Amino acid sequence: MSVKIDKREVGGVTVVDLSGRLTLGDASAQLRQTLHELLDQGKKKIVLNLGQVGYIDSSGLGELVSGFTTVKNKGGMLKLANLTDKVNDLLTITKLYTVFEIHNDENTAVQSFS
Amino acid sequence: MDKPPRRVELTLESRIESVDLGEELTRSVAGSVGFDEGEQYKISMAVRECLINALEHGNRGDRRKPIGLHFALHPDRLEVEVHDQGPGFNLAAVPDPRQDEHLLKTSGRGLFLVRCFVDELAVKCGCNGGASVKLTKRYSSNNRGSVGSNSEKEKRS
Repeated sequence: MSVKIDKREVGGVTVVDLSGRLTLGDASAQLRQTLHELLDQGKKKIVLNLGQVGYIDSSGLGELVSGFTTVKNKGGMLKLANLTDKVNDLLTITKLYTVFEIHNDENTAVQSFS
Repeated sequence: MDKPPRRVELTLESRIESVDLGEELTRSVAGSVGFDEGEQYKISMAVRECLINALEHGNRGDRRKPIGLHFALHPDRLEVEVHDQGPGFNLAAVPDPRQDEHLLKTSGRGLFLVRCFVDELAVKCGCNGGASVKLTKRYSSNNRGSVGSNSEKEKRS
């Protein structure tokens, strides 16, 4: 029921693969911790690959916004890639698509940093 | 005269696991009355958001305070009420999270999602304390799956 988070480096960009549900509780806390760890390591070019995230609630949306702001305030950039239909719909109706830079796939997101 | 609704009523503890449980139960109830998968998702997310509000704002995370989850299965609609022990709130005063000044806020989107996903949303503040949020979702020909029409279900019940 929770989220799984893996990190990898692609061309100087950190891709964070999320799978599962990004919801109130541990899942949101896990994402927050992961982003703080990356920033502590000086990694400021971050792509969240949401291809395997089929469900986000308002807490998860809040955590994405929090992550975006935190990374930006440290001089970095957090971008989203590979949104599932449900997540895309939520970002559309909440108008959060105007906040995030969203890419259809990981490659485009990674290349957009260069 | 309207046939009395079938009712399902539960009392949940104020904890995160109850939010997941309430969401799952709502999905089952919505499926059992014939809502298609897309509508089950919307109704269960709306209830999930109300449960989060009840847990975080109404009961302020106090596990001793219960959350009520009541379903009323009417012939033409599904009603869900979420009760908490808080003072309630003024729905009209809840800001629109899509406004520029609220876009970067990390909270405040739950009730907006509820509004998007159900037909009606109402808040009642009880005179003896406690508040309830009532969601209504009507059946229509384009939001129901293969379970059958409501009248068919009523005959089976």
